[in-house]
Amino acid sequence: MEFLELFLTFFKIGAFTFGGGYAMLPFIQSEVAAHTAWGISGEELINFIAISESTPGPFAINMATYIGSTVGGSYGLWGNFLGALCATLGVVLPSFIVIIIVARLYDKFRKSTVIQGCMAGLKPAVVGLIGAALLSIATTVLFPAGLSLDAVLNLKFALSLLLFGGMAVLAIKKVHPMIIIGISAALGIGMGYLCA
Amino acid sequence: MSKKCSFKEYLELFGVFLRIGAFTFGGGYAMIPLLQREVAQKRSWITDEDMLEIIAIAESTPGPIAINAATFIGLRKGGVLGSTLATLGVVLPSYLIIIALSFVINEVNDIKPVQYAFEGIRVGVLALVLKAFINMYKQFKKYLFSYIVAAAAFVLVAFLGVSVLPVIILCAAAGLTYTLVKNKRSAKKSVADQQAVNTDDKSVADQQADNTDDKEVQ
Repeated sequence: MEFLELFLTFFKIGAFTFGGGYAMLPFIQSEVAAHTAWGISGEELINFIAISESTPGPFAINMATYIGSTVGGSYGLWGNFLGALCATLGVVLPSFIVIIIVARLYDKFRKSTVIQGCMAGLKPAVVGLIGAALLSIATTVLFPAGLSLDAVLNLKFALSLLLFGGMAVLAIKKVHPMIIIGISAALGIGMGYLCA
Repeated sequence: MSKKCSFKEYLELFGVFLRIGAFTFGGGYAMIPLLQREVAQKRSWITDEDMLEIIAIAESTPGPIAINAATFIGLRKGGVLGSTLATLGVVLPSYLIIIALSFVINEVNDIKPVQYAFEGIRVGVLALVLKAFINMYKQFKKYLFSYIVAAAAFVLVAFLGVSVLPVIILCAAAGLTYTLVKNKRSAKKSVADQQAVNTDDKSVADQQADNTDDKEVQ
């Protein structure tokens, strides 16, 4: 049952990631890779990241909706809506429930040794996990045909590297992600025709 | 919490979060300034101090920060129904826009320029993820334990192919163990310090020696 699986997967992601947004990315990536039946490639997932960043709303919700809609889409139009609903509900529900439970005693909750102890491990874990996601995305983007000498010695790779450097500078200078994605899209079209 | 609101107030709660969902990009922290203006300053549903609490609690509870904040504020204003409406409001624009976009992109995906554009976009995303990584690295407390955990999580997922969930649980458990051991040790130390005040220099030195022994054991 694809829809139940979507709900459960995103419930798990919602329940076990702290900090939201990009902290969720490694988990989403590993789940999408594990669900081969969903048919979402590494490249497609990176496209989803771009779309989630350049449309309004929380990043995590956009990602969940997009994946849900794509997976459900193979069951027709209503499949898109139902799939998106299952994934989004899944990712929302854990934080909804937890906040309702802890809202009244939030001070006690936040200062409890157990929570602080877990957070002492979770905060650095997120750094390591994002590092892993970064490496995997870098491999997918820069070496789509695998790591080889041919993959490095061509115009496209050189241009991609240049584009990456430029965009990294813009990103670090806090240029809005939407602008970065817009510029990348325009230069990507140019690069595509240049290398074709 | 069984706060009662009028129908109009519920509608306003939903409307405010609908607007926040529709006009902030990236969610999470990007949402905080707008949230503060709409909910704390314009409407005083919560205070500025509550806002800080919300950010702190959102960080130590699972799930998207935007959802944590919407649920929390909705609960304050209108109980469980209020939190449901606030959460629904913040999610709805994303839901509709993304579904519509997924149709459009599905249709144009096979066109060459679109494919080229996405090739460029993926390089841009790589830069954005790099920046997210740098931001998180800057925030993280730099002491030996956190370096070990971060490195372990990285190696387990990137090179040993372990899936993310067991790594998260393992790291939380490691953090808890580390904190408990550290607390126990500092409790011992403060008892030792107390005793040291009442005794002469020689026994202070003894206590310090004891503490070093403890450290070596652990």
